[in-house]
Amino acid sequence: MEITEFDSHTSIPGTTLFDGKMAMKGYALNKMCFSFNSAEAREEYLADPEAYHDKFKLNEEQKQACRDKNVLALIAAGGNIYYLAKFAGIFKLGVQDVGAQQTGMSVEAFKEKLLRQGD
Amino acid sequence: MARIIGGITTSHIPAVGNAIANEMFDEPYWKPFFDGYPPIREWLHDERPDVVINIYNDHGLGFFLNQMPTFAIGAAHEYINEDEGWGIPKLDPFPGDPELSWHIIEGMVADEFDIASCQELAVDHGFTVPMQLFWPGAPHNPEMPRAIPISANTVQHPIPTLNRALNFGKALGKAIRSYPEDIKVVVLGTGGLSHQLDGERAGHINREFDEMCMEKIVTAPEELTKISRMELVRQAGTQGTEFLMWMMMRGALTEKVTPLHKNYHIPISNTGAGTMLMECTD
Repeated sequence: MEITEFDSHTSIPGTTLFDGKMAMKGYALNKMCFSFNSAEAREEYLADPEAYHDKFKLNEEQKQACRDKNVLALIAAGGNIYYLAKFAGIFKLGVQDVGAQQTGMSVEAFKEKLLRQGD
Repeated sequence: MARIIGGITTSHIPAVGNAIANEMFDEPYWKPFFDGYPPIREWLHDERPDVVINIYNDHGLGFFLNQMPTFAIGAAHEYINEDEGWGIPKLDPFPGDPELSWHIIEGMVADEFDIASCQELAVDHGFTVPMQLFWPGAPHNPEMPRAIPISANTVQHPIPTLNRALNFGKALGKAIRSYPEDIKVVVLGTGGLSHQLDGERAGHINREFDEMCMEKIVTAPEELTKISRMELVRQAGTQGTEFLMWMMMRGALTEKVTPLHKNYHIPISNTGAGTMLMECTD
């Protein structure tokens, strides 16, 4: 049986595997994002993002990625896409908005790319 | 004795929950997807299963990284659907079947699958969207079976292998069939097919791989176990690993199954959406 060596820096282009290394790195960020399941937490974040970052002890890299709402930077800082989706949701950003941002495309162009794969 | 009548697969994309809430069934974008469901609903109406085992993957509602079970089985009287943070409508609780849950848990652990048991479990779109697709109005559809959720970890690597998933399903099938009540059980494998939400490769979809999986899962699921987890990510995308749920479902069915229906459509949201109905042969 093949024993696959998992590494967050995979040979798959444009892909970071969320493994133990990334889980260690991103715990505070992901824990903050997990809290956004609650509407009260989402309101608290919007009222004072910096205080909320400190409450969850985010590091500077994570704070800056949150301020910039930069998904690739959030992933590099250890964010897991399922929890980041809850962060994006606060700003009404859906998976196509997030996809467009990461691929450097307009949302319309990204949606078109998805449709074309059905042809 | 309990009998497994068949298995059903579907994607469980959150956007589907919104489309259902807004009744967008006939819109050009959605019609090719929703048209895949009436034949399965008719089969369910004729068969009237007593229990549905819903195999899905939690996406950060029921579980967090503080305690992440590889396999978790619901053992609750009811399952609550809670706020996931981005606004799909909340549903009423789904009634469970804790007696059967504990029978399955006993069977799985006796068979050396050391699962986590959950007497409370918040269920997310991975669980609710398929229920709404197959039993419109769920949980208030009068034909809604009692539900048991089973969740597998695809949030964080290491995720289970495809081989482990298929064997999990075999143990699950054995446990269900040893339940002394005369009930009919249907097993759902939800999620997939190919999609990737994260990274510069976001938007990756792989029709050829999906179609191969939909063919082999009927005739030769053992062949699929040769796919490594890394290869699964490469072919199906980071979230395409949800195919593990399909393998768990397939393992619970009879070795030979009759494929009664299938539908495949690209894209729904960022995903290649696959729907299948397989009937057990005994």
